[in-house]
Amino acid sequence: MSEIANTIFSPELADRFDKLVTIYPLKRSALVPMLLYAQDEVGYVSDAVVAELAERLDLLELDVRNVLSYYSMLRTKPAGRYNVQVCTNISCMLRGGYEILDHCKHTLGIGHKETTKDGVFSLEEVECIGACCWAPAIQVNYDFHENLTPAKVDVLFKMYRDGKGKDEK
Amino acid sequence: MPTLVSHPDEVRVLSRRFGQGAANIDKYIELDGYKAVQNAIAQGPEKMAGWIIDVMKASGLRGRGGAGFPTGMKWSFVPKTSEKPKYVLVNGDESEPGTCKDHVIFLEDPHAVIEGTMIAGLAIGSKLGFIYLRGEYRYLLKIVEKAVADAYAKGFLGKNIFGSGIDFDVITQTGAGAYEVGEESALMESLEGKRGVPRIKPPFPAVVGLYGGPTVINNAETIASAPHILLMGGEAYAKLGSERNGGTRLFGISGHVERPGVYELPMGYNLKRAIYEVAGGIKDGKKLKAVVPGGASCPVLTADEIDVGLDFDQMGKAGTMLGSGGIVVLDETVSIVEFALRTISFYQHESCGWCIPCREGTDWIKKTLTRVYNGGGSKKDVDNVQYLAENMMGRTFCPLGDAAAMPTLGFVKKFRKEFEDYIAGQKAGTPIITVEQLVGAGH
Repeated sequence: MSEIANTIFSPELADRFDKLVTIYPLKRSALVPMLLYAQDEVGYVSDAVVAELAERLDLLELDVRNVLSYYSMLRTKPAGRYNVQVCTNISCMLRGGYEILDHCKHTLGIGHKETTKDGVFSLEEVECIGACCWAPAIQVNYDFHENLTPAKVDVLFKMYRDGKGKDEK
Repeated sequence: MPTLVSHPDEVRVLSRRFGQGAANIDKYIELDGYKAVQNAIAQGPEKMAGWIIDVMKASGLRGRGGAGFPTGMKWSFVPKTSEKPKYVLVNGDESEPGTCKDHVIFLEDPHAVIEGTMIAGLAIGSKLGFIYLRGEYRYLLKIVEKAVADAYAKGFLGKNIFGSGIDFDVITQTGAGAYEVGEESALMESLEGKRGVPRIKPPFPAVVGLYGGPTVINNAETIASAPHILLMGGEAYAKLGSERNGGTRLFGISGHVERPGVYELPMGYNLKRAIYEVAGGIKDGKKLKAVVPGGASCPVLTADEIDVGLDFDQMGKAGTMLGSGGIVVLDETVSIVEFALRTISFYQHESCGWCIPCREGTDWIKKTLTRVYNGGGSKKDVDNVQYLAENMMGRTFCPLGDAAAMPTLGFVKKFRKEFEDYIAGQKAGTPIITVEQLVGAGH
């Protein structure tokens, strides 16, 4: 049983959060990881997520929102099942990052921070993801895909569309 | 998965376990893992801390995050006695464009980071270490979490480590996307569950850090170097490098080279040789135009300026920085106007907004360069960009303002003619980005 009655999270995540708030010298330290892990499960940081995290950490909802708005990976609206994040920072740019971004936009028919109608993909142009020596690189949710070409992106999208893509949480 | 590379000029200290499955704790132990921390404990409780710090000082190791501060000295600044608990904080928020070395360390040798954290803890008298990874590195976080769990299972972490009577715990932490959190005080704010804005210094973290306690914060590569240094001895490690720049470091060579990758080279290794020999020269036989030598924040070097040693002092003399060791190579086709705009767009996006010179400076430089790039620039714009950048320098809580200003100054000073020619309509290089892409949503 979760410490929070009527938790909105799965029993596994609720259990994980029960433990997480106890391991730090200061309970609030769990906030940033909790926001991200909650988003992983719910799909975005909803009002209900904010309310429950505030309750779990003895914070005001305002405190939670204040932190939430700072971090670029956190979102307050749903994204596609697979969030395609294309790096266009310097190392990727030099090796075709913008070509990859354009190809993704064209293939998926969506722009930056948009989602396909079927809800399968969303697209995001992101800053350096730490894969500079294997550029151009993208992340689909948390999975890295490196040394890309437009043709490789096509193969990748087909795999994800067929439910065969890598998707680790 | 990152492709591992190798070259005969490499000196493998930090990377000697790469490619051998050392993320597995038994393999790590087989490859001399957790020996260094036991050697330290074997010095006895009286001598241990002093011994570690002496070895680290003798090694000449300087911080691999970018600032190049001597690690042994940093550890010695932590007060011996403290009413508040002391902490070790490992900075794995690797976000400097051009830098992906910690990525490989977490993937290939996560136990070296854990063992290094323990060593730092023993040196300063801390009982708790945090390993903070950027949010994007989820698969690496899982590797590190598994490594930590394995170390607990073997009894290496927790109560009475290696029979020393000392307890030491490690907590792993994820970020959630913020370049600024790579700055040490902003990272502490983030770890305390807040927005990652920097703190004023002094007091420095060694005195007032995480939760107000004395804190040592080091880059992941710095921490992962510690066990190797204790095993081989400070002097032997120092000898591998150049004067006042001990040892080796991981250099990530990216951009227009034939064999991009993360290579371990001795400190002081020649930059030209690193590009032409180690990384196989310029891609497709093109000519070199410029090099950003240590991550996006380092002032650019022109093709004529690269016959220089890769260490903190020689790079400083050359008017740039060694930074995080991310060498970004630009061939003759690159438009510096476009490259400068992409660089400042990054810093404008990542400025946390806490300090006005950084928040406004990055925004106005971006706006001005966008106008230039868009074909509407005037000659005065180049002066304006330089003026803005000069007025950001040294006027912010944290170095992000400098990190944005320094490369900008490098571009407009060294390639002034290219900016002027561009403005005059003789566009150098071939722009590959449209204005819509550069100022598009979210940037």
